Amino acid sequence: METVKIKIDNKQLEVPKGTTILQAAKDAGITIPTLCYMNLPHLAKEHKPGSCRVCVVEVKGHKTLVPSCVTKCVDGMEVLTHSLRAINARRTVVELLISDHPKDCLICPSSGSCELQDLAITLGIREIPCVDNAAISTYRKDSSPSLLRDMDKCVMCRSCETVCNEIQTVGALNAIHRGFMSVVAPAFEQDLIDSPCTFCGQCVAVCPTGALTMQDHTFQVIRALADESKFVVVQTAPAVRAALGEEFGYEPGTLVTGKMVAALRALGFDKVLDTDFAADLTIMEEGTELLDRISRHLQGDKDVRLPILTSCCPAWVNFFETNYPDMLDVPSTARSPQQMFGSIAKTYLANKLGVKKEDMVVVSIMPCLAKKYECQRKEFYTDGIPDVDYALSTRELARLIKYGNIDFTSLEDENFDRFMGESTGAAVIFGVTGGVIEAATRTAYEIFTGKTLENVDFHELRGLEGIRQATIDFDGTPIHIGIAHTLGNARKLLDGVRSGMYNFHAIEIMACPGGCIGGAGQPLHRGDSSVLEARMKAIYKEDANKVIRKSHENPEIVTLYEEFLGAPMSEKAHELLHTCYFCHPRK
Amino acid sequence: MHTPMNKYELNDSHKKTIKEICESFGNKHGELINILHRTQEKLGYLPEAVQNEIALNLDMPLAKVYGVVSFYSFFTMTPKGKYPISVCLGTACFVRGAERIVETLEEELKIKVGQVTEDGKFSLDCLRCIGACGLAPVILIGDDVHGRLTPDMIKGILKQYK
Repeated sequence: METVKIKIDNKQLEVPKGTTILQAAKDAGITIPTLCYMNLPHLAKEHKPGSCRVCVVEVKGHKTLVPSCVTKCVDGMEVLTHSLRAINARRTVVELLISDHPKDCLICPSSGSCELQDLAITLGIREIPCVDNAAISTYRKDSSPSLLRDMDKCVMCRSCETVCNEIQTVGALNAIHRGFMSVVAPAFEQDLIDSPCTFCGQCVAVCPTGALTMQDHTFQVIRALADESKFVVVQTAPAVRAALGEEFGYEPGTLVTGKMVAALRALGFDKVLDTDFAADLTIMEEGTELLDRISRHLQGDKDVRLPILTSCCPAWVNFFETNYPDMLDVPSTARSPQQMFGSIAKTYLANKLGVKKEDMVVVSIMPCLAKKYECQRKEFYTDGIPDVDYALSTRELARLIKYGNIDFTSLEDENFDRFMGESTGAAVIFGVTGGVIEAATRTAYEIFTGKTLENVDFHELRGLEGIRQATIDFDGTPIHIGIAHTLGNARKLLDGVRSGMYNFHAIEIMACPGGCIGGAGQPLHRGDSSVLEARMKAIYKEDANKVIRKSHENPEIVTLYEEFLGAPMSEKAHELLHTCYFCHPRK
Repeated sequence: MHTPMNKYELNDSHKKTIKEICESFGNKHGELINILHRTQEKLGYLPEAVQNEIALNLDMPLAKVYGVVSFYSFFTMTPKGKYPISVCLGTACFVRGAERIVETLEEELKIKVGQVTEDGKFSLDCLRCIGACGLAPVILIGDDVHGRLTPDMIKGILKQYK
């Protein structure tokens, strides 16, 4: 490998040819501040428009300062990252950025997690010479069920645009207009709800400021908790327990299941239950549907549509409704675990507890922002009442715990309530890419072959590779499985299926990088892929620790079918646990 | 005059025209600007429905098409008059009184910049430098260049267009 010798801040370094100054400095432990730069190594995506000029450094012999994110190291180069000239230029750049930025930091949803605010602090900016009197945002409100856009706070780094177009291939956002007028927006500056946006929220996860934020439902939940006439039930998604700890100073990958349950109980929820229970239920329905389609296919039924696609991910559902209207009969009709939980809670559970349906409030804690949209879909309302009332993100739960003045770290571990609190290892792994199909495989194998599955770990289905394929031997019958995470990879996989390049029986798709562990409602990781890996490890650890690891062996699931549903895919199950899809052609 | 177009819905002949234009540029994403130019030339302007049709033909996000349309001032989403008037506001024209020319045109035509007269005859826009600085201040009416203008000449010039 060809290398070049350079000096950064008087440190002699040897780096591979083609390395940028920013990267070389980072590897040497020297931090150069950035704003528009975004690196997502797990997605092999480096976004460096070189437009903000915050990362400028001084290079000896150069007349001008250079942006370190796009300048490559050259043999003999001497770089000063924090010379007076560089610092002054950086300060001016940030002062100008702030000059027309709304000054409502105190009440901004991104206050405390804003990169522009951080820059102003680290650069010690205390006055702005050229002030535009923008006190608060005046941008018209673009408020969708999941996301909020406030373009007065946009710094035009265009990270959201890169994620939306290149990673997710959704194409909802693009820079429009020019000069001072330019903003990132959907076509014709329409609202997100009218655009092809899937509400995956990955744009929110990469936005350095308060321009793109999540809809906050914490105060609705606080009000419900304070209302004595309401019976408030909470469910927590699998990926939340592997990330919530990060908001309270724990290392990424620390499982905080017990503390999370204790915190929710302390907040006053009447029942602390688990979406994992509903994930097991999903496997019963989706797994049965999968087996039904495969068996009919093997018997030569020409009408059967394969591959079957998973349908747990609401952003993915929005994506295929918009982009693949010709394939609406391909995905499984099984509702997502969040919605299955809601419909069982407001029927069977309410009845069992003697609570009136209209007095029950179901809150879900999700790693996801699209879940907020999902629970507001009209097909998930029964008699005008939503099955799930509010979907909070992991970050919102952390806020709720802080508002409640609960000292999270000192809480003793507690267990979920029963009924709908019991779950298996198969349900836990719903939180990572490959997990849903692995869970389905564990159950489908046993039903299909009639044999007991000895080793439940399907390592061939795991990993962070964007598109993965595996063939599982169902006792002589090979079952071909495809897995994709991020919507861009989903598109590649689906186009491959359409063109006949791939031939799968079943495909699992999750919209976010890494699956739900990388969801847009999780603590922000700012492109640090080691955080995702740690969360993934934690999920598999939780699975391995479970006594029961196959969904159909969950005793509460067995009871639910015996007492209420009958059998998977029964008429009652269809009414409560399945759905249909709608065509939303691209505008 | 161009065929009247519904802003939101296109008829088959408009769709066919757009398809042919896109195909003539190989449906390449890199040719978007040329495709928009040609389409505007044929259809007169680029309303929502036209941009959507182009996006569908090229299989690219509509937001991207609109990004380009809204970036370049040459592209327009509102219909133009039979005789589109463009006033140059480049440096040379500006210092030689282009602003007063704009004011006079607005008074004569009873419209503002960016609008069309009620009878659809004239539309008024501004642009930056057409490269005829020696003739400053300059206006374009259709493809005709009128230079070395003073406000009192405007009335007579407009009369030439029926």
